[in-house]
Amino acid sequence: MKSTGSLGRPHANGAATGTPSRAAAGRTRLGALALPLLLLAAGCGPDHLKHYPATTFAPVTSYAREQDWLFRYVLVLGVAVGIVVFAALAYVLVRFRHRPGAAEPQHVHGNTTLELAWTLIPAVILAFIAVPTVKAIFSTQAPAPANALHIVVMGKQWWWQFKYPVNGGRDTVLTANEIHVPVGRPVELILKSDNVLHSFWVPQMGGKRDLVPNHDNKLVFTPEEPGVYYGQCAEFCGDSHALMRMRMIAQTPEDFQRWLDNEASAAAEPADSAVMLGRQLVTSKPCVGCHTIKGTVMAGVTGPNLTHFGRRRTMAAGIMDNNAQNLATWLRDAPHVKPGSKMPDMKTLNLKDEEIPYIVAYLQSLQ
Amino acid sequence: MASTATASAPHRVAAPNAETGLWSWITTVDHKRIGIMYGVTAFLFFLMGGVEALIIRAQLAVPENRLIEADTYNQLFSMHALTMIFLALMPLTAALFNYVVPLQIGARDVAFPRLNALSYWIFLFGGLFLNASWFLKAAPNSGWFAYAPITTKAFGPGLNMDFYVLGLQVVGLSSIVASLNFIITIINLRAPGMRLMRMPIFTWMTLVTSVLIVTAMAVFTIAITELLFDRFFGTNFFNTVSAGADPLLWQHLFWMFGHPEVYILIIPILGIVSEVIPTFSRKPLFGYNVMVFSGVLIGWLGWGVWSHHMFAVGLGPIADSFFSLSTMLIAIPTGIKIFNYLGTMWGGSIRYTTAMNFAVAFIVMFTIGGISGVMHAVAPSDLQQTDTYFVVAHIHYVFFGGTVLGLWSGLYYWYPKVFGRLLDEKLGAVHFWGTLIGMNLTFFPMHFLGMFGMARRTWTYSRDLGFNEMNLLATAGAFLIAASTLVFAINLFTAWKRGELAGDNPWGAATLEWSMASPPPVYNFAALPQVHSRMPLWEGDPTKSAGIPHGRVEESTDQITLGGTKVGELHEATETNKMSAHDLGIHLPPPSFWPIVLAFGISLLFGSMIFRQVEGAWHNLWYLSFAGLATVVVSIYAFAFEPGHSH
Repeated sequence: MKSTGSLGRPHANGAATGTPSRAAAGRTRLGALALPLLLLAAGCGPDHLKHYPATTFAPVTSYAREQDWLFRYVLVLGVAVGIVVFAALAYVLVRFRHRPGAAEPQHVHGNTTLELAWTLIPAVILAFIAVPTVKAIFSTQAPAPANALHIVVMGKQWWWQFKYPVNGGRDTVLTANEIHVPVGRPVELILKSDNVLHSFWVPQMGGKRDLVPNHDNKLVFTPEEPGVYYGQCAEFCGDSHALMRMRMIAQTPEDFQRWLDNEASAAAEPADSAVMLGRQLVTSKPCVGCHTIKGTVMAGVTGPNLTHFGRRRTMAAGIMDNNAQNLATWLRDAPHVKPGSKMPDMKTLNLKDEEIPYIVAYLQSLQ
Repeated sequence: MASTATASAPHRVAAPNAETGLWSWITTVDHKRIGIMYGVTAFLFFLMGGVEALIIRAQLAVPENRLIEADTYNQLFSMHALTMIFLALMPLTAALFNYVVPLQIGARDVAFPRLNALSYWIFLFGGLFLNASWFLKAAPNSGWFAYAPITTKAFGPGLNMDFYVLGLQVVGLSSIVASLNFIITIINLRAPGMRLMRMPIFTWMTLVTSVLIVTAMAVFTIAITELLFDRFFGTNFFNTVSAGADPLLWQHLFWMFGHPEVYILIIPILGIVSEVIPTFSRKPLFGYNVMVFSGVLIGWLGWGVWSHHMFAVGLGPIADSFFSLSTMLIAIPTGIKIFNYLGTMWGGSIRYTTAMNFAVAFIVMFTIGGISGVMHAVAPSDLQQTDTYFVVAHIHYVFFGGTVLGLWSGLYYWYPKVFGRLLDEKLGAVHFWGTLIGMNLTFFPMHFLGMFGMARRTWTYSRDLGFNEMNLLATAGAFLIAASTLVFAINLFTAWKRGELAGDNPWGAATLEWSMASPPPVYNFAALPQVHSRMPLWEGDPTKSAGIPHGRVEESTDQITLGGTKVGELHEATETNKMSAHDLGIHLPPPSFWPIVLAFGISLLFGSMIFRQVEGAWHNLWYLSFAGLATVVVSIYAFAFEPGHSH
């Protein structure tokens, strides 16, 4: 299938090109782990983040680091217990194998001391797991600080909508599939869904939290390093669950503010005739029913807000690079690229092949 | 023999009396035959679930694959789980419960033989109905835990989830009926002298499992009844759009069933290996009392941990802490069991038959699944693992490394009792090593896939995330498992006619089922045994049954006493058992066709509701439901008033 190739480039701008300093930080933490063999098998090492851009082993927030630390701590304990049990088992299996002519084994029915020991020792080990676990449960779910930025995340089938407060909370800005966050300021995500369940998961930012209809959830973290982080819906949500991806873009507060101001503005006016023709097409076709482009007649709310679409790195919920070729593929047959998509194919959209380049040009001009 | 059968009273023209042939199987109420039917049916469903898994793995072998459609994939992973859990693994444990438990406790049958047949037929029809959804291209497609609201009409208008609620309603009924039967059988039908604390551990674990099934299935029945009412009659239990329902209600109900369900699938295995390991170590089970109580405790604690499946849904830190800690507690009784298995083998004389190999592999694989289970109990780090391939790895180390390996151990162990012939040990070795290597190739890399960011239930994945090699490896492993399972199937089939003759007690085991001929006579025990200890067949001089390759006993059981009676005498009794039950004056429940009729009626009643959901011509097939209801009423009446004596 030709079009599948276009699905394969979510990362050219994505987390793979994350900042080197972040990768280095992950590297030292990985190096400190006492399980070199296990990690070697997993391909961990200096290039870990490069090989596995969606990894949970390169945390970049204190929220994620706390979870990562707990995971490694429990992993070490668990592997240690496993080694003890399996070594004992191996010894027993070899030492007490049947040998011809051996005497019949003695019939031992139990040993209270031993049985007490292997009841109490695991209980003690578990206590060592339980205490940091409960501490982390409370600290990772602490209420957001007063200066937190509140972003409303709405899960859709199958894309993400992000709502930012602007003008001191009097207005809001809607964007899709790429969530921008400022470094150094706590972020509180208010997770909502008006359809089925979804789950917000950006592994490097930390553990996931579900989007449940009629049951708002919160997720608080403080981005610490600028970068582009890979994300994916983690709760089964229907046909294209696998294709409901996203990017988190952590920026310096200045860059973030510039981005937000730009998002709050109306769409750019067409600069040339081709783009102008593109706008005429978009605003006269069924696109109007579902999409919003601020500054035009388009005010639909079913699909993503496209006012600044041209600025996004990826498209179609983070499954491919935002470029002319992918955009044309998408416009021609969205349901093929993303099964079950509400966006119909070009025939239903009443698009002609020769119109598509103009629409692409217009969408790309929406900076 | 035929003469005794035809001697049934002439006034009951329709009473079935066949003892051989198809009709005899359809009307049988013999727990052994029902056990075999459960086993064969469940094994076929196991193969089906396996094929579904292979298609899933073929789709995931390479990134951005378009081998199958997204919706087909969703149906496949949902049906893979439903088939394996409800139609393969649970019925395979039921097959062993059916066949072995009455023999182990010294009973001639279960307490309610016709009810036993009924539960089998309901299971069969329910399973067929659930799979009939494939023909309408509408198999359940929202996963086995089917989280609302994607299952409501608003988001899932197709027939898919109708099949789910109706099919599982039927299958669940079968489990409840069967479990009530086992509970009553175990409580009431034990041989003289078999106190509760003398019961074989397998029987004990059957009892624990059955109590769990009755209670947990009740919760699930409530959940799917509510969903059924939502979908068919417009109620609003889970309707989030117009009724403002909180979909977490479904998750609580589901996991209140779903977590005990995990123990429903693992506790029987703890029973199986507790029989296999002592037998092949030639030592009694280490710490019998503790093994019993830890099994009961696992079942009990299994009720208090359900929300550890829900750490990501936002229950708040207090609930998360409670369920973290309660989940960790389960590691203690589970650990005790593992250590007691080591204690059993310590100082023993271990014979590595295929049954024992699978039991040992079970210990290792289940321990790995247990360790990753404790990792899931740690709520904060579980937020990185839940709904990823890490969980997929964990559940397969528990369900495959635990349940399936344990079941295979049990099948190699009890097959000779059931069919009188041994499974081939060479094929067994191929099956064992292929399965063990295959499952680790398949499932071990999934731990890493999950931690490296691969979400579960994803129909395809990006080629740029580093998932490619490990997925290909997992697919290769899955096909190795499939090939090994094929070897097993061949072994099961060929040994049936051509396997080496087993004799009464090929492994030199200690429990009552090994005191009789293989296969056992229809009435099991010519005279009910008097039991004096936990290991009746090891009471005398156990050395007599030792020292033979694989522990095979030849003709030397005559010195072993069974409840004060020489087994040799018992042996003679089994020689006379070539005679029919009637000749020996043993009353056996007569065959009956009402179980299959009633099961058909129940299935028709539920199954026909599917047609009401289809527009057009099928819409008016309401009379099918009426026919089902009428069949149910009539057959319950006939069932109730059917004479218990055929002469």
